[in-house]
Amino acid sequence: MKVLVAVKRVIDYNVKVRVKPDNTGVDLANVKMAMNPFCEIAVEEAVRLKEKGIANEIVVVSIGPKACQEQIRTALALGADRGIHIEVDEDVQSLDAAKLLKAVVEKEEPKLVILGKQSIDSDNNQTGQMLAALTGMGQGTFASEVVVDGEKVNVTREVDGGLMTLSLSLPAVVTTDLRLNEPRYASLPNIMKAKKKPLDVMSPADLGVEIKPRLTTLKVEAPAARQAGVKVADVAELVDKLKNEAKVI
Amino acid sequence: MSILVIAEHDNSSLKQATLSVVAAAKAIGGDIDVLVAGENCGAVAEAAAKAEGVAKVLVADNAVYGHFLGENLGELVAELGKGYSHILSSAGTTGKDFMPRVAALLDVAQVSDIIRVESEDTFVRPIYAGNAIATVKASDSIKVITVRPTGFDPVAAEGGSASVEALDVVKDAGLSSFVGEQKAKSDRPDLASASIVISGGRGMQNGENFKMLEKVADLLGAGMGASRAAVDAGFVPNDMQVGQTGKIVAPQLYVAVGISGAIQHLAGMSDSKVIVAINKDEEAPIFQVADYGLVADLFEAVPQLEEELKKVL
Repeated sequence: MKVLVAVKRVIDYNVKVRVKPDNTGVDLANVKMAMNPFCEIAVEEAVRLKEKGIANEIVVVSIGPKACQEQIRTALALGADRGIHIEVDEDVQSLDAAKLLKAVVEKEEPKLVILGKQSIDSDNNQTGQMLAALTGMGQGTFASEVVVDGEKVNVTREVDGGLMTLSLSLPAVVTTDLRLNEPRYASLPNIMKAKKKPLDVMSPADLGVEIKPRLTTLKVEAPAARQAGVKVADVAELVDKLKNEAKVI
Repeated sequence: MSILVIAEHDNSSLKQATLSVVAAAKAIGGDIDVLVAGENCGAVAEAAAKAEGVAKVLVADNAVYGHFLGENLGELVAELGKGYSHILSSAGTTGKDFMPRVAALLDVAQVSDIIRVESEDTFVRPIYAGNAIATVKASDSIKVITVRPTGFDPVAAEGGSASVEALDVVKDAGLSSFVGEQKAKSDRPDLASASIVISGGRGMQNGENFKMLEKVADLLGAGMGASRAAVDAGFVPNDMQVGQTGKIVAPQLYVAVGISGAIQHLAGMSDSKVIVAINKDEEAPIFQVADYGLVADLFEAVPQLEEELKKVL
């Protein structure tokens, strides 16, 4: 079966996020960018399905400026077969991303679409569910285990206070949580090979989607900074402070 | 304006988070209806009717909603929601699952995880794991919103007397079915909702040493967490990870033991009310956010902490 994986280029998770002095957003100039960590898990899961002989083709898609081809190449180096870049320079919000992905789903007709549960920049946790709703597919969100069984997929989900397993009819959408797998690193020979794998570039217009942001960000501020507190001399003083000063125990 | 709040519950009791969502609805202003969708969930509807500020409780009691499947809830809420200006739910895993489906079916944007209401169309939400706070204005006629419960003080659970109305709307998308569930076996509170969290880092040296922390956690009734370094080193499973790519926590008390305080960890816990750091390296960045810092060898300090706590608790 064919698996479609969507990946997003975001700020590297190790980078200290700085709000721009004019409060219009987060400063991304000269900042290291990388594949969203949950998307890496999505790619890894698709590659494992291929290694098990369940998937026979992995198509990776990314929406964004030209630079996000780097993340598509990374996914190709990890084992995806083919890339699709939907080139958009402006900000693409979740609903429009889902509409673009829906158009790709209609073209590619994958049996399974795997996405990260959220991106670590906007933290929305929406696109996978929106795509599932727009395409009329079932969804297994926050997946910690994915088992394909014929025309069904069983997805174990990380829910508040435990795990829940669902059975979905294929085609279906899965969004990944941290426990699903541990992504591998790309080897140098595979990075070289990835450069030769096919990568199609298209525009939203090619897919018949008009980008229409519905949300306007009025300002972005740094969170109220914490002040370093006091050093205590020993454990007894610590417990005393927690009980009598902070009153939290 | 009229607001539809989707209750979070387990078919037998109303989750406290719902009271925080009603508080967010009150901050927006307007009539507040609560939808209780589930199976044999009459007791939940009664509880919701008593919550302060609720005008009407709608009950969709049917087996198709028993396991809160996102496909079925999505269709139900999208249909009911057409008559409202705002649709709100908690940003728990159920709300996160079905609400974007509602938004997509209504062809509107969703505003996720709000922590403050500025006006009927403008909301404040953390982005970049709380490293930045965005103020966002929504232009759609129906606003679909998930609410971070820790952002709003819950309304009173008693005192209201809303009417209760049964709905005869059965939406079965037929796309998914429930197979089973596994509730967390621990008696410890869930990490994400615990009022006290104690976490260990690379300084714990191995998984066996986390038992020291478990003893303290048991005394405090605390949830247990870990830094990414401890997870990556294989000391503990990654569902314990607190941080930007793990769980975001904001307890009353957060105790970081042997955690240096990498950015990615701080992003997941710096909204905690009181932070305690125990680390032998006095230069560790964790001390810059800690209210109480103890520079000490954790292998001496943690057993002492257990003893001291036994004296006062």
